[in-house]
Amino acid sequence: MSTQPTVLTDPTADAAAEGEVVLKVRDLCVRFPSDEGMVNAVSDLSYDARLGRTLAIVGESGSGKSVSSMSVLGLHNPKRTMMSGSIMLDGQEIVGASPSQLQKVRSSTVAMVFQDPQSSLHPFYRIGNQIAEAYKAHHRVSNAVAMKRAVEMLDLVGIPNPDRRARSYPHEFSGGMRQRAMIALGLVNNPKLLIADEPTTALDVTVQAQILDLLKDLQREFGSAIVLITHDLAVVAEVADDILVMYAGRAVERGLAKQVLADPLHPYTWGLLQSLPSASEEQDHLRAIRGAPPSLVALPTGCSFHPRCDFQAAVGGDACVSTLPQLTPAPGDDSRLTRCHLLDPRGVLNEEIHP
Amino acid sequence: MALYLARRAAMAVSVVLVALIATFVLFFVGPSDPARSMCGDQRCTPARLADIRHSMKLDRPVPEQFTEYFKGLFVGRTIVNGGFTKECSAPCLGYSFRTDREVKGEIFSRFPATVSLALGAMVVFVGLGVTTGVYTARRRGSRLDRTVVGFTQVFGSIPYYILALLFALYLMILNPILPRSIYHPLTTDGPLAWAAGLLAPWIMLGLATSTGYTRYARASMVETLSQDYVRTARSKGISERRVVYRHALRGALSPVVTILGLDMAALLSGTLITEQIFEINGIGRLALQSLGNDDLPIIMGTVLVAATLVVILNLVVDIAYSFIDPRVRLT
Repeated sequence: MSTQPTVLTDPTADAAAEGEVVLKVRDLCVRFPSDEGMVNAVSDLSYDARLGRTLAIVGESGSGKSVSSMSVLGLHNPKRTMMSGSIMLDGQEIVGASPSQLQKVRSSTVAMVFQDPQSSLHPFYRIGNQIAEAYKAHHRVSNAVAMKRAVEMLDLVGIPNPDRRARSYPHEFSGGMRQRAMIALGLVNNPKLLIADEPTTALDVTVQAQILDLLKDLQREFGSAIVLITHDLAVVAEVADDILVMYAGRAVERGLAKQVLADPLHPYTWGLLQSLPSASEEQDHLRAIRGAPPSLVALPTGCSFHPRCDFQAAVGGDACVSTLPQLTPAPGDDSRLTRCHLLDPRGVLNEEIHP
Repeated sequence: MALYLARRAAMAVSVVLVALIATFVLFFVGPSDPARSMCGDQRCTPARLADIRHSMKLDRPVPEQFTEYFKGLFVGRTIVNGGFTKECSAPCLGYSFRTDREVKGEIFSRFPATVSLALGAMVVFVGLGVTTGVYTARRRGSRLDRTVVGFTQVFGSIPYYILALLFALYLMILNPILPRSIYHPLTTDGPLAWAAGLLAPWIMLGLATSTGYTRYARASMVETLSQDYVRTARSKGISERRVVYRHALRGALSPVVTILGLDMAALLSGTLITEQIFEINGIGRLALQSLGNDDLPIIMGTVLVAATLVVILNLVVDIAYSFIDPRVRLT
């Protein structure tokens, strides 16, 4: 890795801008018509991403985490997608933006690192050219200059012999190197927001840690906001500043990462944390959340999580089945939001799970 | 690469050789008798028939005839026929039973017409097929897409000779919208006469062949358009046009190139129906005539050309793969 940051905007400006909201999502709904009916992929989602901070969006497959972040880049086919709400990206509305407006913000303001670098890089083009292409799309420069920039980026993400490796094809890279190249591609235009969609899922554990460290280092250097999409709470604990837990297309819990992990309020978050393997505690088996995620075509009535929730008795009545709980501030803590009918979640947690 | 090419060349030679032997054997096993068909019906006496047979060396054992033919391919041979002696230099393909002209010369004189026809049609069917394929793949499921796919299926399922006959009849003869087809050599008559004379068969052959290419290109594009790397390309902020043509189409090319190689081998070894209907004197017509005349040397010549073309174009396709897809190594 280069010791000298090769590309850096004025560090003082970055420091001043730290915490500035670069992405503001409000009441986002994303729906796809399908043969079975309307798929409610994302419903009433609101969150912010701030410069210099990492927001982790956590949830199972089909919870809407990838769909919501793809809409930040406007990557859904407008003909087959119904979107409402607002996505303000650095002051620009993305919902309903024209193709040319989207083209301008992609990679320059917001970039995405995709899940599987093996299939996300074009197999027929050299790595350097693929990165240079993104740079050329937003800068009027010659091929040679764009290529030089690509080599710099490869160096920055810790690829040895970047000059030579820029001329390699993706199949000549290892999995970890490909993901580094994807990150180099994501950062080549110095975007304010980097969305990393399960960036470590396809990698083995030691490489996972390296990639997470790399993301952290680069964030420190570039001061960009990172939205990290993952189902892996171990990853979240490692890098996230804020957490948004999603279930069936909705946010169910939001707050500072430390607080959510140490003091989770929503039964679904409890389930996620319990299903983590622990090295310190004696465990006979992992406690998975019972049941399966609901169909997004026919969501359960009331709280979407109720068919899998063990704490409905503590709520009493049929509120869980009949009424969708709102995302409201937690009792006694306005910075935390949770979508649950439980009045005293901490009490229930202490009695039922940690007696 | 050099080793690869050497191995492929050796394989190519054996494939061509097997094709030649098969043709030879099939010819003699079959009911054809070139001596009798040359002899004629009325004034054919047994003595005359034997005479002809002897002069054509058809009275020798088949293996000997083949050895003679094969020797001629590599070192040339001397042909004695009715007191005349002809020197046939290597690669000697012999003389036509019918016209007594050298087969090599006959084939070479016909080849430019067939090449012109095949290459022109290729421009039409690749251009049309790939463009339509890409266009419909991007609008998959739309009314236009369904119309085009339906049309290619209907058009592709009508026998080609009927389409070509009707096309020639209605657009060239009854209503002379297109110039009457005729082959003018490019080198002597100039490009305008050449193109005008070939326009009608180009369009017909191109249109008919393009239906397959539309479907191949469409299916291949539908697949690559949903690939992750196309999504990555789109996320770079490049134009949709660049996404489709540089990223998706590049990934969709391999299957199209495979079919193209095979089709070109078939077209270059003679488009029998097209040449016959549009009266273009190419290899296809030559092959057709020689089959009717039991003209073995010409038949052998056209088979040799066809087999060689198939082998060469397969090699070209394999080499093209390694340029399209860097993961393919020629070893």
